[in-house]
Amino acid sequence: MKILVCISHVPDTTSKINFVDDSSAFDKNGVQFIINPNDEFGLTRAIWLQQKQQAEVTAITVGEVSCEPTLRKCLAIGANRAFRIDIKPTDGFQVAQQLSAHCKKENYDLIIAGRESIDYNGGMVPGMISALMGYNFVTNCMGLEIQGNTAKAKREIDGGIESICCALPLVIGAQKGLVEEKDLIIPNMRGIMQARQKSLTVLPANESQVKSSISKFEKPAPKGEVKMVDANQIDHLIELLHNEAKVI
Amino acid sequence: MGILIYTESDNGKFKKSALELASYGRTIADQLGVELIAVSFNHKDSQTLGHYGVERVIQISDPSLENFTAKPYAANLAAVAEENDVKLLILSSSANAKYLAPLLAVSLSAGYASNVVELPEYIQPLTVKRSCFTNKAFSTCILENEVNIIGLSSNSYGIRENTKEIVAVDKSVTPRETNLVVENIEKSSGEVSIADADIVVSGGRGLKGPENWHLIEDLASTLGAATACSKPVSDMGWRPHSEHVGQTGKPVASNLYVAIGVSGAIQHLAGINSSKVKLVINNDPEAPFFKAADYGVVADAFEVVPQLIEKLKIFKNS
Repeated sequence: MKILVCISHVPDTTSKINFVDDSSAFDKNGVQFIINPNDEFGLTRAIWLQQKQQAEVTAITVGEVSCEPTLRKCLAIGANRAFRIDIKPTDGFQVAQQLSAHCKKENYDLIIAGRESIDYNGGMVPGMISALMGYNFVTNCMGLEIQGNTAKAKREIDGGIESICCALPLVIGAQKGLVEEKDLIIPNMRGIMQARQKSLTVLPANESQVKSSISKFEKPAPKGEVKMVDANQIDHLIELLHNEAKVI
Repeated sequence: MGILIYTESDNGKFKKSALELASYGRTIADQLGVELIAVSFNHKDSQTLGHYGVERVIQISDPSLENFTAKPYAANLAAVAEENDVKLLILSSSANAKYLAPLLAVSLSAGYASNVVELPEYIQPLTVKRSCFTNKAFSTCILENEVNIIGLSSNSYGIRENTKEIVAVDKSVTPRETNLVVENIEKSSGEVSIADADIVVSGGRGLKGPENWHLIEDLASTLGAATACSKPVSDMGWRPHSEHVGQTGKPVASNLYVAIGVSGAIQHLAGINSSKVKLVINNDPEAPFFKAADYGVVADAFEVVPQLIEKLKIFKNS
């Protein structure tokens, strides 16, 4: 089984978000980058399939050379090889096209991408890859078993869980639940040393289109002061929620 | 030329998001002077949509559409969009809508912006504000395509009545083969899902253990709210993952978010930022959540929550 895990290189979840260049670009200054958490849940499941079912795991990212430490980390976690498609990502459709062009050459059985990245939150890359490839697709995927050519997947829906059965090839949008937080693999020294020897190949970009662009960023308006209510004045709290906030 | 909304229903009733899409779509349709068209699957209730400004509803009913599956639903929406020369499609932010939107975008060669929080700033070229960095920021996104799709953030526009005379049209299903089968749907026990809730009551580590969750559940049922929890609580297995709200969990965009014993880590705050009013109850006056709250009570949850439930019951009955 050949598995591709699509990796997005994103600011750490604790990062302060600021913008530069007249609010047109994210301020990377002092920001640590990580594997997008949803992608990491997917990668961890892929490594499980590698260990239990002899899958071969390839990690790939669309991005500039600054993304390579994140790919090296994927190799240290256990991916067999890595690719970087050398183009600056601008929108989800472009990224999906770049990844699909690669997938067309490689015939992966399973393509895993996070259901969304925590930076731009577009939530479109895995779905678009599936549509461009004509593959099955399960997003918000929180459980995945593969047997032969058949996948059993669980999808989180609003207010429940759906069990799905489908044939490979399959694209999934990964999320928490696919593996637990405690199952995430922290690379050990051996993994880190091995990662240095594994192949990280830079691929030239294919032709792709862009369907959207960002003209500016802004931060939410500063919040008003919190109104503190004394614990002995719960009636007053209810009155505020009813008359002032009008939410109950 | 028209605007198309995909209306979702549940248990034979339109979801709140469907009415919000109609209200939002109506406003844009008025700006452009075009028709607002809705598509509904296996659900016929044109009257309700007419109240919120829909002029034509295309009703597709077929046993194959009984359970939502993304590919056939997307194929049917694409067929309607093409037949009616639709240039703008508006979808909700439900799990199902987000599932099919990228498929629809590829099939219509459309641009797609998810998590849109306001009316478009401009229609030509389509310029929308959307949330990004998991609610820590917004971006202004320009979509210069012949056809575009907006995914509207839930509870960002509201529901506005605007009655129009509505025409209902039945359309036969566009068959789409799929070997993907939904074998089972397991509904969670809670009455209200986080995605659809007006009020969400959330508990954190301050509740000390799963055995104390009746406080959260009782308060939630008094308020008609959904229950949620912080990341450590779901990681420790006190509550199911489906209740975890925050950056790697679910986003919450309720009218009222009540956080009890949640300290307010930056990742948690990111997830609940789009909630309109936040009430924080915590015994630690230094809890970072108070800085992000609208109303705060410094108190022991075990003392104040039962009181709050009691008094809310009296308030509800008055």
